[in-house]
Amino acid sequence: MAQTLSEQILSHAAGRPVSAGEVVTVNVDLVMMHDSLSPSIIRVLHEELGAERVWDPQRVAVVIDHVAPAASVQTAEKQAEVRRWVRTQGITHLFDVGRGISHPVLVEEGLARPGMVIVGSDSHSTAYGCVGAFGTGMGTTDIALAAATGRTWFRVPETVLVHAQGRFRPGVSAKDLALKAARMLRADGATYAAVEWHGVEFLGVMERMTLATLSIEVGAKAGIVPPTGLLQTVPEWLRVEEGTRYSRVVEIDLDDLEPQVSAPHTVDNVIDLRDLGRVAVDVVYLGTCTNGHYEDMAAAARILRGRRLAPGVRMLVVPASAQALQLAAEDGTLATLLAAGATIGTPGCGACIGRHMGVLAPGEVCLFTGNRNFRGRMGSPEARIYLASPEVAAATALTGYITHPQEVVDGRYPEL
Amino acid sequence: MARVWIFGPDINTDQIVPGRYAPYMLKNEDDLRKYPFIEHRPDFASNVRPGDIIVAGNNFGCGSSREYAPLALRMVDIGAIIAPLFARIFFRNALNLGIPCFTADLTAELRDGQEVELDLERGRIHTDDGRSIQLPPPPAFLREVWAAGGVVPFYRKYGRFPGEG
Repeated sequence: MAQTLSEQILSHAAGRPVSAGEVVTVNVDLVMMHDSLSPSIIRVLHEELGAERVWDPQRVAVVIDHVAPAASVQTAEKQAEVRRWVRTQGITHLFDVGRGISHPVLVEEGLARPGMVIVGSDSHSTAYGCVGAFGTGMGTTDIALAAATGRTWFRVPETVLVHAQGRFRPGVSAKDLALKAARMLRADGATYAAVEWHGVEFLGVMERMTLATLSIEVGAKAGIVPPTGLLQTVPEWLRVEEGTRYSRVVEIDLDDLEPQVSAPHTVDNVIDLRDLGRVAVDVVYLGTCTNGHYEDMAAAARILRGRRLAPGVRMLVVPASAQALQLAAEDGTLATLLAAGATIGTPGCGACIGRHMGVLAPGEVCLFTGNRNFRGRMGSPEARIYLASPEVAAATALTGYITHPQEVVDGRYPEL
Repeated sequence: MARVWIFGPDINTDQIVPGRYAPYMLKNEDDLRKYPFIEHRPDFASNVRPGDIIVAGNNFGCGSSREYAPLALRMVDIGAIIAPLFARIFFRNALNLGIPCFTADLTAELRDGQEVELDLERGRIHTDDGRSIQLPPPPAFLREVWAAGGVVPFYRKYGRFPGEG
């Protein structure tokens, strides 16, 4: 019988054919842990599980991205402890302050590859679906168990298919597709399931990551884009099969898709930007594993070129990775952003978790290219967060209120 | 007797413990017990008693993978969480920590502050107005993990993963 991509990957990892609904124990290919949970993972690994070593130091990646650089003596001390542990374990894949967010970094480094099972101590580990891997987020204990044994258990998920057709109009991008899907599926629409994103083979890897990271926001265990058109080698057993059954199919016509905005305080509270009304903002924040990629900075720069931010608006750009920052520096994107009045932060998670680098004050409104607009997510619970694309972020930075990209390009889109 | 704490739908992990209150950010990690629902329901941490029950709406625990959200609830000895649907990472983290989670919608059946008795063994709630509510029994392999006190004691005792033959 035809299998979903998740069934194919979990069958391969289990060493036998498995199908949705089964509980299986599988080998994992890669375990990712970040600075925020590593201290607790290390403690569970040694003190509770009694393991002296990780199962394979080549297949554990440690990334300092959640509070990078350290914002306090406590976080600095815990990071120092994690670095010491990495050395004693002989772990080779340590990505330290400034290298960027775990998800793009592991893709750039070639550690996340098609057909792998990757577990990470971050809910947006669904990101690895951008290269056709089964990536999923887990907590401290599950990651410690996986790091100690190289194995974990799953209930094999059903799959929800998001099937896109057509091409984006100017000013519309992967974020709008993902928010539209969240609008249709709602926050629990794919809980315990996987999402497959079809009809998006024209998107680059990091644009696919936008879709894959937002899959958790509809509750999904994994969010996988079929690995076509990638530079990486795809295992011959991994492909979309004719006649595969999906638990639900959602059709989205990209030709008709308008810029979407997710209004406070839930990700699925999505409307067409046109219907939003006038919402003034204090901060425009471009960053995260969802939309802090080179492509996102370049899209914003195309709109900001030769112009200045609206008076009273702050624009923070936090590149998702050092590589994204490097590319932006090389082709003038960075200079354009700076000339417009934006400022740049250290590649990493930034203020997405509300800990440092731009937390919000009570009453402030933020237009955010990230993935969560929960109350209190980026700082004060009295702040309001709107999620949208990098194109909308740039247009908003120019006017000071949440703005359709077409409104600021005077019909010159997309030649800008 | 345990008390019922009623919560609405889509309670996310930032509402349970905001990222700013993570153990990673604290001088004293034991302070985590002071922070469950610190912003969403500030009266919770100081008034919750061991064995109290959280009865919530749909999609409880959505959002982050932070295990310190259910850990904070374990630190105040929450007796059980009952919701029609749990976000999967939260459900798994709670299971791993040995916190019983039952899948049922009781937000209309029980009221906030109501005194009840939870019979974990039989999966039954006895209310102070004399009703008895049967909770749907979780799969056997999950009950085994609870009985062991979480996935680590389970793994150490049996040398296998939940559901593994």
